[in-house]
Amino acid sequence: MSEKKVLHPGLNLHATDPGRHSQAETTVFGFWIFLMADLVLFALLLATYGSMSAHGVADGPGPDELFELKMPLIQTLVLLASSFTIGMAMLHVKYSSDLQGLSLWLAATALLGLVFLVLEARDFHRFAVTEDAPPQRSGFLSIYFLLTGTHWLHVACGLVWMALLAVQTRAWGLASQVKLRLMRLGLYWHMLDVVWVAIFTFVYLFGVIS
Amino acid sequence: MAEPADLLFGLLDRGDIVFVDAWHKGTASAAVAAGAGGIATAGLISVLVLLTVKGWWRPLWQDWLTSLDHKKIGIMYIFLALVMFARALAEALVMRSQQAAAVGDPGFLSGEHFGQLFSTHGSIMIFFMAMPFLTGLINYVMPIQIGARDMSFPFMNAVSLALTAAGAALVMTSLVIGKFSTGGWSGYPPFTGIDFSPGPGVDYWIWAITLSSIGSTLTGINFAVTIYKERAPGMHLMRMPLFCWTALCTSILMVFSMTPLTLATLMLWLDRHFGFHFFTVDSGGNMMNYANLFWLFGHPEVYILILPAFGVWSEVISTYSGKALYGYRSMVYATMCIAVLSFTVWLHHFFTMGQSAQLNAVFGIATMAIGIPTGVKVYDWLLTMWGGRIRFTAPMLFATGFLVSFVFGGMTGVMLANPTVDFAVHNSLFLVAHFHNMLIPGLLFGMIAGMQFWFPLAFGFRLEERWGIIAFALFFAGFYMAFMPLYAMGLMGAARRSSMWLDPAFASWVAIALAGALMIAGGFVSLIVQIARSIRRRAALAVPAGDPWDGRSLEWALPAPTPEWNFPVQPEISSRDAFLEAKRADDAYQMPEEFEDIEMPRHTGAPAVIGVALFLSSFGIVWQMWWLAFAGALATLAAWIAHSFRRETGRTIPAAEVERAHCAWLETVRHTTPVPRERESTPANRGLAEEAAT
Repeated sequence: MSEKKVLHPGLNLHATDPGRHSQAETTVFGFWIFLMADLVLFALLLATYGSMSAHGVADGPGPDELFELKMPLIQTLVLLASSFTIGMAMLHVKYSSDLQGLSLWLAATALLGLVFLVLEARDFHRFAVTEDAPPQRSGFLSIYFLLTGTHWLHVACGLVWMALLAVQTRAWGLASQVKLRLMRLGLYWHMLDVVWVAIFTFVYLFGVIS
Repeated sequence: MAEPADLLFGLLDRGDIVFVDAWHKGTASAAVAAGAGGIATAGLISVLVLLTVKGWWRPLWQDWLTSLDHKKIGIMYIFLALVMFARALAEALVMRSQQAAAVGDPGFLSGEHFGQLFSTHGSIMIFFMAMPFLTGLINYVMPIQIGARDMSFPFMNAVSLALTAAGAALVMTSLVIGKFSTGGWSGYPPFTGIDFSPGPGVDYWIWAITLSSIGSTLTGINFAVTIYKERAPGMHLMRMPLFCWTALCTSILMVFSMTPLTLATLMLWLDRHFGFHFFTVDSGGNMMNYANLFWLFGHPEVYILILPAFGVWSEVISTYSGKALYGYRSMVYATMCIAVLSFTVWLHHFFTMGQSAQLNAVFGIATMAIGIPTGVKVYDWLLTMWGGRIRFTAPMLFATGFLVSFVFGGMTGVMLANPTVDFAVHNSLFLVAHFHNMLIPGLLFGMIAGMQFWFPLAFGFRLEERWGIIAFALFFAGFYMAFMPLYAMGLMGAARRSSMWLDPAFASWVAIALAGALMIAGGFVSLIVQIARSIRRRAALAVPAGDPWDGRSLEWALPAPTPEWNFPVQPEISSRDAFLEAKRADDAYQMPEEFEDIEMPRHTGAPAVIGVALFLSSFGIVWQMWWLAFAGALATLAAWIAHSFRRETGRTIPAAEVERAHCAWLETVRHTTPVPRERESTPANRGLAEEAAT
């Protein structure tokens, strides 16, 4: 295998040996497969949601009574903005070894992620307490909370991961190991965005027009 | 305000200890439970004593539990599988005895105890016997067959093992503390909901399954990436040994199908303890959600189990027939077809649960269609044997037993695939007979044959033949005696999972089935005897040159036992059956031009810590000792994070050491007399094959 063939496209590991590049390729490929398994989880949750939002409402409120679009739209914009900021962070990893810029963009991402978590948690609180629609009330609400709650937990895990990587970046600089981890964090973050777009579409948009 | 003792012990009460319970109740059923708990406790204590007396704690920790070597992890998986096999087999014997004793009589077990037995038997056999067994075999063999040094993710590999072992430990704990689920291996709600199963039994089941299913997802990712990315130069996909193909398909199935199971069990847990309504009968819950999620996992799982066995058969039959595998390409396509079709048939597990006849017909036809690629495989194996010089070694005997019995079981499967027939025999012993007919001759025989076939790689000596053949005879005859009566009883209307019979006509059938179960147990004992005797005679059985069966693929091109680094230099592959081609071209056993330093993963205790912490955490959740649950989860996280802060994860083996070992082995090979095939089961076999006359 020529050296060129194994250069990993998303990263600049050029200062290192070709062995590391092929190792990086394997690591990132493995992460893609993991993302696929994780997407299976969300696909199943969405499928169950599709069935239970129609058949599992029982005597609780249905999607059309519960949802409005303003908050989900704000959340969507916040999360999309965080995808942009983490994209910028990744560009800093790739094109300059500028730690300061990287830290700034990562901090912006973390902030947006945090805002998303708070907004979403406020929504959960509003449904569960103010609207008297907790997950225990009906099958539809159970799966709504599980689907969005799983996504919420994923974002929270992403933030913990980001904090750890911030520490490692500070301690080790942009070592190949750190670069690879940052890249995987970026992929993970984008996937959560994609999943959220699906949730926004199938849960909120469909819910409001149903 | 909760009492301090409640905070500390949660739901756990002195009466939950199986011995105390038996003391209070004094029934035969409770005595049997106490006996089983006693055996488990005594087993654990004697292992601990043995480790202490022999001073084996340090080697156990340093050489095994902290090792990231795919070979050692594979061996530990198989060890776990054999231990759990012994327990689940013993449970089968107790159930058979109960059924034989309970014709027109309640027998000696309570219905509740019987329910626990079939639940643990099924759950263990699938998740803690079959899965670890095949994962162990693939772990050991597949990386060597594709010319790799290790798996792509050695650390994750060890974590998968730790997760599986933690789940197994949870099931074992339920023998002594508390009770297990009575909801069967499939755990259908609403029976497993909190109203009908209030105790912690179902939670034991939920968390044991959850841990092992997450472990299997990670395993699947690891196997798939290893096969895609770690193949040696020239090892094209279409040059891989068939065992690697089946490992690839199995791992893809694992990646896609373990998640539904994890999700289903977690949803069931939310239903039980947090009042959610996924599978409840009220408030919009629907148990069909569970049925669909569970079988979205459950059917691909069947092929996760059987495909690696198909891989073993392909290697065993071709090697012991001294012929290349017939129809290699058709085998590959058949394997892929089966893997794809396995996702299209899950509904046949609940034909009777309310779909339209049209939908049932679609799934019935899809199910029957799986018979076609499987049939292709059977013919390919038969044609591989055709005209070959077959040696009836123990693995080959298992293979022939498999071919006959598996076709038989497949035909009853096609019968069950017809919804109209299924309506008549579903939930009867006919079904139980069918899936045992697939899993015992298919999966179990395959795993045993694989273990006997590849044993020399792992330990450097062969298993002696005689007890292997005795084991085969007992397993084969025992299987027919234990399960053919169940077909008959099923057609006579005997429901599965019955702890007693009212119809006296069943008496002789269950008696025969009990005799068969005893023979199967005898087969298992023979396997243990075979291993024990072989260990004692290991000097005479040693095959240091590494190729006892005139092997075809790369794993035989190495010394036995396999060195830690597998290959001294990365091999270049130019054909299928690479090692056989090299031997025929006088190109095997070469000295590489130069050796290089080899980097192997450094040992780490993190996976073992994660396994123990997750076991404690799950135990805490089951008994609602929340402090333990949180402590375990935190410890897991801490170990993981600490591991991520280790910068040097590699360890270099100097070129000189590799060279020394390789030269010593080549020296051994030079002084070894090649052995002809007809004498491969004698001590003359030192692991060097004489070229066959063609």
